[in-house]
Amino acid sequence: MKSRDLAYIALFAAIIAALGLIPPVPVPGIPVPITAQTLGVMLAGSVLGARRGALAVLTFLAVVATGVPLLSGGRGGLAVFAGPSAGYLYGWTLAAFVIGVLTQLTWRRFNLAWAMVANLVGGVGVIYALGIPFTSVYGDVSLSAAATGALSFIPGDVVKAGIASVVAVGVHKAYPVIELPRRRPAAG
Amino acid sequence: MTLSLYVPVASPVHRTPAGLKLGLLAALAVALFLVDGLAVVGGTLAAVLLLGLGAARLPWRSVLAQVRPVWPWLVLLFAFHLVVTDWHTGTVVVLRLLALVAAAAVVTATTRVTELVAVVEWLARPLTVFGVRPARIGLVIAMTLRFVPLVAERAQRIRDAQAARGAERFRFRSLVPLLVQVLRLADTLGEALDARGADAPVPVRRGRAGASTS
Repeated sequence: MKSRDLAYIALFAAIIAALGLIPPVPVPGIPVPITAQTLGVMLAGSVLGARRGALAVLTFLAVVATGVPLLSGGRGGLAVFAGPSAGYLYGWTLAAFVIGVLTQLTWRRFNLAWAMVANLVGGVGVIYALGIPFTSVYGDVSLSAAATGALSFIPGDVVKAGIASVVAVGVHKAYPVIELPRRRPAAG
Repeated sequence: MTLSLYVPVASPVHRTPAGLKLGLLAALAVALFLVDGLAVVGGTLAAVLLLGLGAARLPWRSVLAQVRPVWPWLVLLFAFHLVVTDWHTGTVVVLRLLALVAAAAVVTATTRVTELVAVVEWLARPLTVFGVRPARIGLVIAMTLRFVPLVAERAQRIRDAQAARGAERFRFRSLVPLLVQVLRLADTLGEALDARGADAPVPVRRGRAGASTS
């Protein structure tokens, strides 16, 4: 891994942290205000790609775990990794990785539609697929009850996936960071 | 903005090695889920609080501040169990989580960030087999802490520029110029790191000068 990659990883860990400083955005029609932090997770995956994106999220979580209160709402420390919603945090790393993989797969024809697919599958699907069972096991509640509790957050996350996709396409046009292995030059 | 949850006090808990504290915390997390007795779980919570507020002399505010975000969850869980199972199970579940969260809060408040980073580097040592260099983990964490105010400042600048042009509120589209700006900065930082030898190959441990490797 090059020094530049290390700097990118630190940068996106910091971006996830900085997005936690933005006051939650109330959205009409949705009871839960949107905190921008998962937007940072989606951006890490879709701008940096699978490996660096997942490492950026991991770095952010490591910084939070060491007691720097950078999780939205000024939370931090090891306590947040012991709570019933910790499964969502663990899901972030995998989410960034999956978004990165899907982005790299569709890189040559990357557009808003592909970005949406990547961010919805990774940023919404993967996170809930991990978070809901975690809450269920941890709090001794049934899967369906945990899923019902999570439902109200999904619209906000879909909006965030949309924003992340628009931004990802913009960044890819202006300053692409993902490098694919060179294709052999075609003959002629 | 205080950038750490560490509370400096001279106490035996503070002096305990960070690795030991983290190990005990991990063991507690596993053990607590193996027991169901109300007395055991409640006793653990009392012991954790005694350790944190008594032995470590932490102000109760610092522990409370870390436990507070979990409250809504605990209330929901307890309400759920009242409806579906019974108050006994609900109390055990809630006390168990409280004990675990409080224990984690005590470890965080009694251990410096640098000590925890050292533990992270130590834990990453087996990963050297896969080419991970533990010293770089500390470097990346340090860079992250430096980047946070920098990113916030750049975001503010873009917001100011938009306001000057008559935009009423922050638009998420302006994340694109922000990201391009900070990615350029990261590039420069990467080059600066290379110039200082950060890209040097992993130092191979050898014997004294002159000794052959075989």
